[in-house]
Amino acid sequence: MQEASPAQVHAPPTSFLRKHVFSLDHKVIGLQYYGLALAAVTLGMVLSWLMRFHLVWPTVAVPGLSLISKVGAPGGIITPEYYLSLLTMHGTLMVFFVLTNAPFAAFGNFFLPIQIGAEDMAFPRFNMMSFWTTLAAFLVLITAFFIPDGPPISGWTAYAPLSAIGSDAGPGLGWGQTLWAISIALFCAGSLLGALNFISTTLDLRAKGMTLMRMPICTWAWFITSCIALLAFAVLLPACLLLILDRTAGTSFFIPSGLVVSDRLQPHAGGSPLLWQHLFWFFGHPEVYIAILPSMGIVSHVLMASMRKPLLSAKVIIYSMLSIGFLSWMVWGHHMFVSGMNPFSSLVFSFPTLTITIPATIMTLIWLGSLYGANIRMTSASLFSLGFISMFVSGGVSGFFLAQPSIDIYLHATYFVVGHFHMVMGVASIFGVFAGTYFWFGKMTGRMLNETLGKVHFWITFIGTYCIFMPFHYLGLVGNIRRYSTFVDDFMGPLMPLHKFITIAALITGAGQLIFLFNLFHSRFWGKPAPQNPWDGTSLEWSIPSPPPWNNFGDVHPVVYHDSYQYGVKGSKGDYVMQDSPEQVVGG
Amino acid sequence: MGKFFAIIVVIIAIASAYPIIAHKYVQPEDISTHGHAIDEQLSDTMAESGFAFLGAQFVLAFFVWRFTARKDGTKVSHLPGGAKLMVVAAFILVGTEVLALGVFGQKAWASVYFTAPKPDDLQVQVQAGQFAFYFRYPGPDGKFGPLHPDKIDEGNANFFGLDPANDVEARDDVVAAELAVPVNKEVHLLMHAKDVGHSFYVRELRLQQDFVPGLDLSLHFTATKPGKYEILCTQLCGLGHYNMKAYLDVMTQEDFEKWMKEKISEQ
Amino acid sequence: MSSTTYTPVAIPVAQQARTRVNVVARSAADGASRSGVWVAIFAITMSFAAFTSALFVREGGSVDWTHLVLPPILYANTLVLLLGSVTLWMASRAVNAHALLDSHAVKTVMGWLIATLALGLLFIAGQYEAWSQLAAQGLFLSTNPNSSFFYVFTGMHILHLLGGIAALVYLVGQLVGSHTTFRRAAFHNTAIYWHFMGVLWLYLLFVLRTKL
Repeated sequence: MQEASPAQVHAPPTSFLRKHVFSLDHKVIGLQYYGLALAAVTLGMVLSWLMRFHLVWPTVAVPGLSLISKVGAPGGIITPEYYLSLLTMHGTLMVFFVLTNAPFAAFGNFFLPIQIGAEDMAFPRFNMMSFWTTLAAFLVLITAFFIPDGPPISGWTAYAPLSAIGSDAGPGLGWGQTLWAISIALFCAGSLLGALNFISTTLDLRAKGMTLMRMPICTWAWFITSCIALLAFAVLLPACLLLILDRTAGTSFFIPSGLVVSDRLQPHAGGSPLLWQHLFWFFGHPEVYIAILPSMGIVSHVLMASMRKPLLSAKVIIYSMLSIGFLSWMVWGHHMFVSGMNPFSSLVFSFPTLTITIPATIMTLIWLGSLYGANIRMTSASLFSLGFISMFVSGGVSGFFLAQPSIDIYLHATYFVVGHFHMVMGVASIFGVFAGTYFWFGKMTGRMLNETLGKVHFWITFIGTYCIFMPFHYLGLVGNIRRYSTFVDDFMGPLMPLHKFITIAALITGAGQLIFLFNLFHSRFWGKPAPQNPWDGTSLEWSIPSPPPWNNFGDVHPVVYHDSYQYGVKGSKGDYVMQDSPEQVVGG
Repeated sequence: MGKFFAIIVVIIAIASAYPIIAHKYVQPEDISTHGHAIDEQLSDTMAESGFAFLGAQFVLAFFVWRFTARKDGTKVSHLPGGAKLMVVAAFILVGTEVLALGVFGQKAWASVYFTAPKPDDLQVQVQAGQFAFYFRYPGPDGKFGPLHPDKIDEGNANFFGLDPANDVEARDDVVAAELAVPVNKEVHLLMHAKDVGHSFYVRELRLQQDFVPGLDLSLHFTATKPGKYEILCTQLCGLGHYNMKAYLDVMTQEDFEKWMKEKISEQ
Repeated sequence: MSSTTYTPVAIPVAQQARTRVNVVARSAADGASRSGVWVAIFAITMSFAAFTSALFVREGGSVDWTHLVLPPILYANTLVLLLGSVTLWMASRAVNAHALLDSHAVKTVMGWLIATLALGLLFIAGQYEAWSQLAAQGLFLSTNPNSSFFYVFTGMHILHLLGGIAALVYLVGQLVGSHTTFRRAAFHNTAIYWHFMGVLWLYLLFVLRTKL
């Protein structure tokens, strides 16, 4: 009997299927996640176009839409229930399949093992399963568009009992909602496998000399995010299972007694609608940090290469991210200030919510303060990183309002909330993804993205997103309610010009994303070949060819001698020293 | 490119702040006794976060303007004070803000949720269902008849599921589709959801509270100005959500009594 | 942290050339699988904490909470599962006692492993019997909140236990095949997971017994 250790080192793939489809290679899996996120974001954006279009031109038909849903959009005109379907699917796609997949799963899978000097993830098979489970979740969700009843209409938060009762409560709440719950449960399972891999890989597969504090900030961000994801999805999964049971097996976890829906007394008793809200937001708030932390890491990583100097303190950034991750578990109740929770708990939840702004402010000040004395190289990636800071501040300050239960009485469920989370978790996080894409595309594909197109893309996106989401705050201040398909209320009439402005801005900004898509596809095949280290970076991904070979570092194991912040120092190659360079650092 | 970025950021910051500073988009006039505390809290927060917003954007713009694409070989330097200064600044700036807002904000919250309703208040039950609000007054006997969900029959206008044949208290209950209340009189709203989650939102009252099925909550408020105000549902409740509204009709005591008499005679 | 404060790192000349790949990677991977098991245990604990808090909230606000008499066979099942932990512990002892597994040691280990596997399957069969007994009393998944939680808790536990069963089957398969290799790390990780399943079941039994 022979004894051996696990073959973590897998053999080079030979068949096409193993190489590109059922690949165990973390880099291919990262690209697959990126592709999935790209498909999801394109669909999600089209849905938001349809919603914005319907809000300001409710009687104008959208050509071709009736082909997709005869019931939902007869003659191309969106019905109120189809509007809610669009809203639900938009939120679900964006939060789960874009904001979780792109900055975390896609870039994390591709770069985390490389940045710590590992050959692959700890469990390549789990990693592959993680992607395919997520893809299955996506397909299950999309199926809801094509069933007769249509997609669910209960929002991405799927508040019970609306989401638990079934088709009595409205179209889409039959099979559509069940598909939604199955999709999210699958997504949780996939994310748990991914998080498991990220954590084990970071803890155990670091190269020689790669101490925890030498890891690049984005590696830290992915690591902290995977710890949050592990807990968050481990709670959402049971919640989804209970929801599925309520819907299909006749249990009453979330459905109370005596509900009369569509003139039918519901055969349920004793359940608690607030239970769903607690379980959902216990996942839901940490999910916000799952979306934003990786982008914070990516932006820090990109900024240092752009500024040609380290951040004032990488340690402080890492500790801030850790404290955000920790505090994120104590704040879920701030989504429920007016939901019927004990009013005293609202005050209790308000304090950690306000406190979490302290580490966020520290990070912002570190980024800003680090710009002082820099020598910024203005690339597309730099622009998106700087844009991220601006956007994070703008979205962050509105958090001050919503963290206070008293103000939330007035602003809850208005466009103010929508503006807040779109800016701070949506746009800011996507800016991190864009920065990462312009920064790493060469490494991932071997071809550089076109910088001119990248800059045009930035200006349209930066100005455009401000034009879309800043006015959301104004609407909210007046009291404009979210999730309304038509503004039938008296006071909303005068707000229509602002809504039109937003819609036009959204259409233009969305169209601007075509430049990005074109850039991606064109550069993938015809872009300039990428050099090994185009941005004079210091971390390990720049020490290997673009794209990296299947086993990342070839036959050698990298040895790390420095942290990844050796910018603005005198090295033999310029103003920086690579992490795996044995050169001694001379004071800068 | 750095200078261009700086200019755009400054323009965006000023353009974003202008509608707020010019009071282009403001909340409607407050008609409640507790609303001024919320409004004050809102404008304090606006001032503080507006300051933070403009400050951060301007500093970002200035640094990017100043430190982009300097001559090759320019040595990078560091902000005097370094990270320590930033951490201390964050704690002082935001820490005090957090404390101040947190502590003062409690007062406004307490004025809505921690004061007991007055004993002589007007009790009204509001039922939210897909997609309408109905209001019930106890009638001359001052007592609400019990609810029987199985008796709900919208076709016969039995929205609440009352059983006047068997319940004495239910016989004189007044059911209306609008919420009529006398001015300057405290109203105690007993909230009941018929089917799914809904919410009760009156902008002018600075009042918002969800209806939770299976959990009857209550609210109390005093309206100080006669007029008609919209009550909106703000919790996604299904396809007709956007159209779920009713009116709050604040009237003088005499008008209210007249209204009530008419309603009783209609029953 | 400014760039001037970096202390120069003294690096031995011998290390300056990148080292060739060697067996070191193996122990790192073993470590990773060990961390993996603990991380998984952490996540599973979190999931069951969520289920438990759901039970507490559901009990708290409801008027339809009843009492459920646990089928007595559950206690026998508990014994069976714990006995499985004992046999697995015996297997661990055998593995640890031999630096290299000769054919005699393989037989001992395999015997204990198969005993564990059999006890695990017996436990699942016993749980199924418990369900049948409840069903015979007319208590199904949707009958009342107590029965709902009973089926959910026991069902989820079995679902997780199946992972342990699969790992045991894999280990036995390794020992049976003459050309395969034995992975100590896989064995120890399976053992950690299996014992955790026992602890988890004791916890669940406690919750079911006190709350339902």
